[in-house]
Amino acid sequence: MDQEVVRERDARAYEAVHDAADFTELKRRYKNFVVPWTIAFMAWYLAYVACNNWARGFMSHRLGGSHINVALIFGLLQFVSTFVIAAVYGRFANRRLDPLAHGLNAKYKRERRR
Amino acid sequence: MNTLLIPLATEPGNRALTISLFTAVVAVTLYITWWASRQNKTAADYYAGGRSFTGAQNGLAVAGDYMSAASFLGISGQIALYGYDGFLYSIGFLVAWLVALLLVAELLRNSGRFTMADQLAFRMKQRPVRTAAATSTIVVSIFYLLAQMVGAGSLVGLLLGVKSEGVKAAVIILVGALMIVYVTVGGMRGTTWVQIVKAVLLMAGTVVITFLVLLKFHFNISDLLGSAATKSGHGESFLQPGLLYGKDLTGQIDFLSLGLALVLGTAGLPHILIRFYTVPDSRSARRSVQWAIGLIGVFYLMTLALGFGAAALLNTGKGSAVAESKGNVASPLLAESVGGGAGSVGGAILLALIAAVAFATILAVVAGLTLTSASSFAHDLYANVIAKTKPSEKSELRVARFAAIGIGAVAIALAIPAQKLNIAFLVALAFAVAASANLPALLFNLFWRRFNTSGAVWSIYGGLISAVVLVVFSPVVSGKPTSMITGADFAWFPLSNPGIVSIPLGFLFGVLGTFLGRDRSSETRYNELSVRALTGAGAEGPGKH
Repeated sequence: MDQEVVRERDARAYEAVHDAADFTELKRRYKNFVVPWTIAFMAWYLAYVACNNWARGFMSHRLGGSHINVALIFGLLQFVSTFVIAAVYGRFANRRLDPLAHGLNAKYKRERRR
Repeated sequence: MNTLLIPLATEPGNRALTISLFTAVVAVTLYITWWASRQNKTAADYYAGGRSFTGAQNGLAVAGDYMSAASFLGISGQIALYGYDGFLYSIGFLVAWLVALLLVAELLRNSGRFTMADQLAFRMKQRPVRTAAATSTIVVSIFYLLAQMVGAGSLVGLLLGVKSEGVKAAVIILVGALMIVYVTVGGMRGTTWVQIVKAVLLMAGTVVITFLVLLKFHFNISDLLGSAATKSGHGESFLQPGLLYGKDLTGQIDFLSLGLALVLGTAGLPHILIRFYTVPDSRSARRSVQWAIGLIGVFYLMTLALGFGAAALLNTGKGSAVAESKGNVASPLLAESVGGGAGSVGGAILLALIAAVAFATILAVVAGLTLTSASSFAHDLYANVIAKTKPSEKSELRVARFAAIGIGAVAIALAIPAQKLNIAFLVALAFAVAASANLPALLFNLFWRRFNTSGAVWSIYGGLISAVVLVVFSPVVSGKPTSMITGADFAWFPLSNPGIVSIPLGFLFGVLGTFLGRDRSSETRYNELSVRALTGAGAEGPGKH
C-alpha cells in the first residue's frame, strides 16, 4: 500500500500548510483584491452595455466639433480599464501574493519530507 | 452577380501568388509539426507541450487561439457594415480576460494537469464529473470548430475566386486533414508553435494594413470616422449605438444577454483553459494572460481602424462584395485597396498576404480545438471512465491520436452540410455554453467548500442543456425569415442569445445539485485544493528536457 502512505503524507503536508498563519493571510489578500475588482469591472462593463441600450442620447453626444462621440470614448475606456486592471493585478500578485505562496510552497515540501 | 461575388484574385497571376503563399503557410506549419513531434516523449509533452513554454510564448499562443477568423474577418466586417455596433463584440471578448486572469488561470494551472476536468476531479468522484466535463468540452469545441470550418470553406472559396459547393467542400476536407496531422503528429507542442507563428503573422499583417489606412487619413481619426459615416450612407448614426442591436426591448435584453455570454464565456472555453497547462508555474500563467490581454486588446483596436477604413474606402452598399459576404471580405479587400487598388502589384501582394494570414488563422484555431477535444476524450473518458483498469501512458496517447482523427472526421462531416449556418451564431452559442456549463462548475469548485459531485454534474449538464434548448426554441432556429428552418415556427423563447437565462441556471443547478446530492465527501479535499490552487504546492512541474 505504498500509494496509500504517500497519499496520507501529502494530505498531512497540505493540512499543515492550510493551518499556517501565512496561508490565512494569503487567502485574505487574494480575496480582498479579487472580489472588489471583479465587482468593479463587471459593473463598469455592464454599465457600458446598458448605456448602449438605454442611454443612446448620452452615447451619441459628440465631443467638440469632431466625429468622436461619448460611445466611442466609453468603449475605448473599457480597453484602458482592462489594461490597467491587468497591470495592477500583476504588480499586486508579484509583490503581495508570490512571496507568501513561495514560502508556503517551501513549507509544503519540508512537511512532506518529515 | 458573379462578378460581384468574385472580387478577389481572379487574375491568374494574383491567384498563383495567393496559392503559393497558402502553400508556404502549410509548408511552414507542417515543418513545425514534424520538428515538435521529435521532442514529444511523455504525456505531459503531448497534452501540455512539456509545460516548458514561457509566459510570453504562451501569451502569443493564447492570443493566437483566441483571435479566430471570426474575429479577424468577422468583427472588422461587422464594423464596415454596421459601424459602432460592430465594435461591441470585441469589448466583451476583451474584458472577459479579466475573469480569466483574476479568477481562473493561475488557480487552474496549479490544480489541474491536462484537461478542464482534472481540476474538478481533484475532489469529486472521477467518473461522473469527468464524463460531464468531457461532454461539455467536446460540445463547446465542436460548435466552435464548426464555425471555423464553415468559415474556412466560404472564405477560401471567396479569396480564390471560386464559388462552387464542391470546392468549398474540398477546402473543408483539406483543412480538416491538415488539422488532424498537426494534432496527431505535433501534439500540444506543435499546436502551440503553430499558434505563435500565426499570432505573429496576424499581428504583423494587421499592423501594416492599419498603418496604411491611417496614413490615408493623415492619422486624423475624426476624419476617418467622418468619411466612414458619410460613405456608409447612414450618416452620423453609423457612429452611434443602435444600427445592429437593441431596436426594441426584446432586442435590448438580447444584447445584454450576448454581452453576459461574451464576458463570462472566455474563462470557460476548454481550448483556452488547457493553454495554461503549457507553462511551468502560476506566475507564467499570469504573464501569459497579461500578454494575451495586451495583444488581443491592440488587435481589436486595429480592427476598429480596419472596419471604419473599409466603410470609408470600399463600396459597402447593397449588392457589394462586402455586403454579400456579410462583411467577411472587408479586410482582404481593404488590404487590396490601400495597397494601391485592384489591378496594382501592391494591391495584389497585400491581398494575397492577408488571405494567407486568414488561412493560417483558421488552421491554427481548428488545430487547437481538435487537440482539446481529443485530449479530453483520451484523458477524461478513456483513461478514467471507459477503461476498466488505468491504461498505460502509451495507450492513452494512442487513443488521443485516434480521437483526434475521429473528431476531425466528425467535424468535416458536420461542416460540409452546415455551410449555410451563420458563423457568428455558432461562436456565440459556444460562448453561451462555456459560460453556462463550465464557468459555474469551475468557480464553485474553487471557492465553495460545500460544492460536491452532484453539484458539478448538475451545473454542467444543466447549463449545457438549458443553453442548447433555449437556442433550439429561439428565433435563430425557427419562426423568422432569417431562421435556420424557414416555414416552421416553434420558437417560444424570444431571445437569440440564451446567456441571460442559461448562465444563472447553470449556477442555480450547481447549488440545487449540491444540496440535493447531500454528499459531503468532497469537502475533505477542499483544503488540499485551495492550498494547491493558491500556493502551487504539489502542482505539476515543467518537463525535464
